[in-house]
Formats: sequence, C-alpha cells, structure tokens
Amino acid sequence: MTRYSIFSLARNAFNNHRDWPAAWRSPEPKAEYDVIIIGGGGHGLATAFYLAEEHGVTNVAVLEKGWLGGGNTGRNTTIVRSNYLLEGNAHFYEKSMKLWETMSQELNFNVMMSHRGVLNLAHSDPQVDAFQRRGNAMRLNGIDAEYLDRNEIQRLVPLLDCSDNTRYPIMGGLLQPRGGTARHDAVAWGYARGADARGVDIIQNCEVTGIKRDDGRVTGVETTRGAIKAKKVGIAVAGHTTQLCQMAGVDVPIESHVLQAMVSEPIKPCLNTVVTSGAAHCYISQSDKGELVFGGDLDGYNSFAQRGNFPIIEHVVASVCALFPAFSRLRLMRTWGGVVDMSMDGSPIIAKTPVDGLYLNGGWCYGGFKATPGSGWVFAHTIAGDRPHALNECFSLERFATGCVLDEKGAGPVPGAH
Amino acid sequence: MLLINCPWCGERTQSEFAYVGDANVVRPDPDTVSDQEWINYIYIRSNPKGVHDELWQHIAGCRCFVKVRRDTVSHEIIGTAAPAGKIDGREA
Repeated sequence: MTRYSIFSLARNAFNNHRDWPAAWRSPEPKAEYDVIIIGGGGHGLATAFYLAEEHGVTNVAVLEKGWLGGGNTGRNTTIVRSNYLLEGNAHFYEKSMKLWETMSQELNFNVMMSHRGVLNLAHSDPQVDAFQRRGNAMRLNGIDAEYLDRNEIQRLVPLLDCSDNTRYPIMGGLLQPRGGTARHDAVAWGYARGADARGVDIIQNCEVTGIKRDDGRVTGVETTRGAIKAKKVGIAVAGHTTQLCQMAGVDVPIESHVLQAMVSEPIKPCLNTVVTSGAAHCYISQSDKGELVFGGDLDGYNSFAQRGNFPIIEHVVASVCALFPAFSRLRLMRTWGGVVDMSMDGSPIIAKTPVDGLYLNGGWCYGGFKATPGSGWVFAHTIAGDRPHALNECFSLERFATGCVLDEKGAGPVPGAH
Repeated sequence: MLLINCPWCGERTQSEFAYVGDANVVRPDPDTVSDQEWINYIYIRSNPKGVHDELWQHIAGCRCFVKVRRDTVSHEIIGTAAPAGKIDGREA
C-alpha cells in the first residue's frame, strides 16, 4: 500500500499523477475463507478491517453485490453523533465517536470528519425538559452535551428563524459539539484500502444467493460467482437483512422501508453546524461543496425501491423552509432514496444468530452511518471471539424474546415509528 | 405518488392514508398461545421483496381500514379490498 502523504503527492505530481496504484485489488474469490462478510458498505468493510487489524484474522472476503459503498453508505446524510439517552446506546455510539476522531489518521485516508456540532431544536416545553434530561444523561456517560437557549441558538445559526411568530417556535436546543459530518464515500474507500492492505479480499459484483449450512452450522455461501466455503459468515447488508437471514432460516424483527434525502444547489457557506428538528421532521447541514443536504422521515410503507414518493419531499422541504425562510429561494438539485432495515425497537442487532458461525449486523434503521466504525469494531470482536463485546451485548437478537428491548424513542414495536 | 383505491371512497392519493402494516398479522388467543407464537406476533413481519399484503387507514376520508396488495419493489398497487376481503391478481 502506498502511504498517502505530502511526499507521495509531490512525487506523483512529477508524472502528472499517472502512476498512482489502485487503492485495493480486485481478486477472484478463493475456494475457502475463514470469514466471509456479506455486504461491502461501510459496516462490512470496517468489520473486515478490524478483523485484520485487531484480531489478526486476515483470510477474509467481503462480498458486495454491486459496488463498494453503493448502498446506504453512499445515500445517507453523513451525520455523525453520539447524543443518546439510554445506557447501551450511549456507550456504543460514544465508542464509535472516538473512532471517528482518529479515523483519518488510522486509515491514512482523509474521511473529512468535521466536528461542526449537531444541534437538536426543542419547540415545546416538554421537548425542553426531555432534551435537558438527555443532555444530563449524556454528560453522566462522559459524552459532550450543551443546552442552548434561544439567543445562543440564534447566534450559532443566524439564518434560523428564531422569531416569536414562526411556524415552529424555537425554545432551546441540545448541542453535541463533537458531532458533525464526514465524507461518506471516503469512509468506505478508506476501510476498503486498509482492509485490502492487510490481506482481505474485496469482491464486488458478487451477490450472495444462498447460505449453506450443515447440522446447524454455517459452511459457506452460494454466490453469482460460484460457491465459496467459509467457517464463519457475517451479514452486514442494511436493507436486505430479512432476505439474507431467511436464506439461513432465521426470522428477524425487521421491516424494510425507504428513506429519502435531497440536496439543494450549491451556495456559499451559510450553515456551519448540523441542525435537526424532530418536531418538524427534518435535519439539515451544508456539504463542503456548498449544497444543503437534508432529509426527514421515512415514506412510511414497506419498500425495497431505493426511491420514494413526492409527499415526503414536499413535507421535508416545507419544514426546512419554515425553519430557514432564506432557503426557500434555493432550487432542489437531487433527491434519492435508500432502503433501511427498521428494527422493532429502533436499535440495531449486532449479534450471534441461532445458526453456529452466522453473525448478524443489521437493523440500523436510519442511524447506521454514524455507527460505521463502532459497528465494525464490535462486529469484528463478535465474529473473532464468537461472543459479543460488552458494548454490543445489549444489541442481541434474543432481546425481543426476553423483553430487554432498547427503545430509545419509546415508540413500541412499530418499525416505521422509530 | 401512490393512488389507493378505497373500497368506499374510490381512488385517493396516499397522503389521505396512514400506513398500518402487514395485513397477515393475526392476534393469537392469549389463553392458548405459546411464548414463541406471541413473540412472533409482536415482532416478526413477513417483509417480502415483492408482493405484500398490507393495511392502510383512510384517515383523511372514511377512516376505514383498507387492505392493499402492493409490490414493494415497483410500488405498483395490484389491488385493494376491505380488510377481510379477497384481492384478485398476483399472490404474495
């Protein structure tokens, strides 16, 4: 692996950058691996990277049906945060946040992590109480949180309508200063390059069509490029978790839904933090290219379509324009959708399954991107040692049977409500 | 935009409806049900990639529940009926 540095940049500048080596190989699949990871998104690639880096497991293949990061890794709104109330979530996402802080250095790949802060707006007295409670819980768990009143918010986000007669009156907000955004494609590419350099085979255009088992134990996978044997198989596929698990006879408490996002035309820097409003159903930030990136709620019905319908776009845009009247002058440039696997309690599943040697990483709802490094880190630990790390014990598949669900929002077993 | 044919009101846009979910979920008898059956009833859904029978509620209309057979990949609505009714066309 060529280390990226100012010196390698200068050296390659002499021959017009024609001799940069490929960032990762495109090997033919081998007949057998110790571990196969299904899904070449951020989570799958991070898992492969940490298997090699932390556990010395390098005979690993990552199988991707399309191209790296072409699923939800490239479709999210790139927000990174760890502002969770519940114990299990707080510690896990904070581990992830710590990995974000050093990711560019660890991977020798600039993921453009920008700690610009994530601000949740409170529009009512009960929300003020709930946010202060969550902020206190976060601080007790060692996570940064600051409660801001309306004047402080107006100073931080000048374009936000904080007047008395706005559609969504702003009473206060909870800021996580270390939260922010990162370049989502770079996360996939950085982990792919790091994993490849440590011996992992990354195999694209290779769709898994079956999971082979013998006597309750995984023995390999069937793919569009032939059968591949494996001692252990990890599933990290986002939207299609149900289908992959069914291949192994495992029922999962998941429904697949479509979540849309959109960007405006690029404009000069005008928004230097991430602003979210649960009440108005939108979140918004400005990319380094200048586009305003925003998203909102699910379309609300089961979907595998990677595209949504107009009512949600209209709803999100209306919310954004109510919060930021100036943005009503902008044109929308692109909209798109991603298929998210909504779990029944709104929390992910990173766990062993009833099938020996089969591990599941899924149910990310619409919060998977920020978890990428932490998810890969604990999933690698779970696969390598055949037992969960303390940080993901609470994300077991059994929690739905035992009643230890982790329902951050308190919405109950309605996947579309989380 | 989905156009949903309410059996009582006719064709209306999706924004008049609220999504309820999987139409095949049947509440088991709590007196005779096993733990596993109850867990499945609460947490496990069919979630097919393809034809899906689901319930919507016409909240901005007659407020009745409507059974909809829809393709989750193309979003095509194959047919609608009253919740206990039968839908002709492609089966799930």
